[in-house]
Amino acid sequence: MLHFSTWKTAAIGALCLLGVIFALPNVLPQSVRDSYPSWFPARTIVLGLDLQGGSQLLLEVDGEALRKSRAIGLQEEARRVMREARIGTTGIDLNGMTVAVTLRDPNDLAKAQERLRTLAQPIGSSAFSPGTGQLDLEVGQRNANVATATLTDQGLQARVRQAVDQSLEVIRRRVDQLGTVEPSIQRQGADRVLVQVPGLADPQRLKDILGQTAKLEFRLVDPNFPIGQPPSGPLPAGSELMYEGGSEGNPGIPVVVERRVIVSGEDLTDAQPGFDQNNRQPIVSFKFNTRGAQAFAQVTRENVGRPFAIVLDNKVISAPRINEPITGGSGQISGNFTVESANDLAVLLRAGALPAPLNVVEERTVGPGLGQDSITAGTRATWVAAIFVIVFMFATYGVFGFFANIALVVHVVFIFALMSLLGATLTLPGIAGIVLTIGTAVDSNVLIYERIREEFRAGRSMVSAIESGFKHAFAVIVDSNSTMAIAAIILFLLGSGPVRGFAVVFLLGILTTVITAVTMTRLMIALWYRRTRPTTMPF
Amino acid sequence: MRLIRLFPDDSKFRFVRWRVLSFPFSAFITVTTVVLFLTVGLNFGIDFTGGTLMEMQAKSGQADLAAVRSTAHSFEVGEVEVQEFGQGGQVSVRFRTQPGGEGAQSALVQKARAAFQNDYEIRRVETVGPRVSGELVQSGTLGVVLSIVSVLVYLWFRFELNLAIGAVIGTLHDIVLTVGFFLITREEFNMTSIAAILTIVGYSLNETVVVFDRTRELLRKYKNIPTEELLDLSINSTMSRTVMTATTTALSLLALVLFGGQAIQGFANVMLFGVLICTYSAIFVSTPMLIYLGVKTSARAAADAKAEADAKAAQVRA
Repeated sequence: MLHFSTWKTAAIGALCLLGVIFALPNVLPQSVRDSYPSWFPARTIVLGLDLQGGSQLLLEVDGEALRKSRAIGLQEEARRVMREARIGTTGIDLNGMTVAVTLRDPNDLAKAQERLRTLAQPIGSSAFSPGTGQLDLEVGQRNANVATATLTDQGLQARVRQAVDQSLEVIRRRVDQLGTVEPSIQRQGADRVLVQVPGLADPQRLKDILGQTAKLEFRLVDPNFPIGQPPSGPLPAGSELMYEGGSEGNPGIPVVVERRVIVSGEDLTDAQPGFDQNNRQPIVSFKFNTRGAQAFAQVTRENVGRPFAIVLDNKVISAPRINEPITGGSGQISGNFTVESANDLAVLLRAGALPAPLNVVEERTVGPGLGQDSITAGTRATWVAAIFVIVFMFATYGVFGFFANIALVVHVVFIFALMSLLGATLTLPGIAGIVLTIGTAVDSNVLIYERIREEFRAGRSMVSAIESGFKHAFAVIVDSNSTMAIAAIILFLLGSGPVRGFAVVFLLGILTTVITAVTMTRLMIALWYRRTRPTTMPF
Repeated sequence: MRLIRLFPDDSKFRFVRWRVLSFPFSAFITVTTVVLFLTVGLNFGIDFTGGTLMEMQAKSGQADLAAVRSTAHSFEVGEVEVQEFGQGGQVSVRFRTQPGGEGAQSALVQKARAAFQNDYEIRRVETVGPRVSGELVQSGTLGVVLSIVSVLVYLWFRFELNLAIGAVIGTLHDIVLTVGFFLITREEFNMTSIAAILTIVGYSLNETVVVFDRTRELLRKYKNIPTEELLDLSINSTMSRTVMTATTTALSLLALVLFGGQAIQGFANVMLFGVLICTYSAIFVSTPMLIYLGVKTSARAAADAKAEADAKAAQVRA
């Protein structure tokens, strides 16, 4: 047992060396790491936001809004296909997730259902999954003359998932526009996105920029209703009421616009903030793609003299009159912009619209001062804990304590090496975890040493006592560390953010302590024994 | 060089006898904690209640609590808690979840930032929505329950069921007392506290397992030893290790308490308390519990009864 083959010794040595190599980048300055050859490990541990300072937002895709807009969209489409198929209806009503088409002639039922079926879309075929072949719409009938189309739960859920996927992209593009360093944008659970921006001390601007869906539409104003006058009586089915320039307590100027969208934000290729050449007001200028340019040119050519509305998130930004056909495929939006709001709008338009509104469900910000203080204090506590334990172990176990201390240092190096290798995040509770494992890491050695001592006092020889000590202590080391590991794994699975950071450190600590305390100290003791051939126990 | 020995060799302390004191003591504290939990309740942090927490530091180094309080109340947003903590004029302000949703909460934070940022450095702002806090309560509770159940199962496989139950009783005891610590100190109970409790669960079992492992081993060695003696022997022979590990762990946690800084102090305090409690409960609660739960399978129990009867008979003869 005390015999170590050469290759085993070499393997342990190599492991230590690897540990040092992987842990080293964390203490080297950036310039040295940059000069490393590319194959050399230069990854460092990522500091959590609580240490680095910064903001994080947990955003939730508004599933309810998404369902509602999908249902309204379906109603619109049902209206369109009935009109196209020249099927007479007396009403197309929306009730929950079901659109009911009441037919003038019950004989049209099959035809109407046929048309409704064309509106169904396969579930989940868009993103990365190949699709299940299921459709997101169930077509049925309520009475002899009422055809129904119901959105299925599965379809709606798939739509939420898809919306999260799309949102991730849009969020990334928008956050990138803030010009911050290394923002992290991750999906979390079924309908959430976690956005972390290191170094951002006030997340209000981030929230402003993510708080709008930024759905831009160009629509014609309904010519039967003059701008500024609230409509008396019901609106035609193809028009709806919106407001321009509203604020808190003041709804703004009523504008009745057509539901039909001439061009939407998807057809923009560029948007830039600028100033109007005449009155020096901030504006946003934009360019359409070919499809957008053609559609816009056609509509403006046919409607010279009429006003059209630029609608952002169901609010009218401005409603200018079409003085001449706009055929160049570019234009400008003027409204009551400030320099900053014009800039923000340009950012939003370039990044594209969100498929659904996002709600902030959790928000955490740590100022840079607190983060730096935590690092300083955490580092100090780690050193003090290490010195306490090292002195105490040496005072108790003499040369054996010295071996345990070397193992302890290697243990900490291994934690850093593994965390760098895994790209794990070090949080403040993670630092606490390191300090705690410094205290518990020596437990394995204590178990072994006490056992050796016991065996020696029971009359065994040195070698026999050492061997028997390692052998007997091993089972209990496995058992006690396994129970610890179970608690740590559960913490890892359930915790998030900083708490998870603690679980990672604790789990890695348990793993490395078993390796260092059992294998490494045994090697050191074996080498020591071979060299000195002692006859009395050193402690 | 003379080395330290914290615990004497070959000790023959009769630890489990102390159960006449430790059992009533632990029972009393457990009941008190439950009563306090139900009447006073924990000081839940925003992780579990939802709301907004702001931590700030006075630029002058001296916080004017009364002014902060009156400014916060002037927002008219319901209950506000203002507390001073640490050194150098650090203040925490806690707002409840606002009716009117995320927008209202956001507006409040902006208002508060604007009002305080001239005199204070805003060090931390956290807002937790009601849905998230509900989920955190769920996952926190689930975590504690799941860890206990899975450890029970693990120990059942590795040891006997009665030993597993003994260990888990000790762990439950430690959890309850840790919660009692939160109740009495009014320390904020948040997600980090759950991490502390789960770590204490791990440590508590660690302590118990070391003793029980020895019990199992001794049981194989001395087949006819009376339970009480067996348990005393198990504790005595592992005691020097127990004291050592408790000391090294407590030392490192002490470093954390003294030097770890404000943000981690709560966690360190709880853990330090937990380590002491775990050491106590392994010796005086879970191990003596085995007298009632039994240490062995029924076949062995019969042998044990016979041995005890023999011992008594020997005593009578003497």
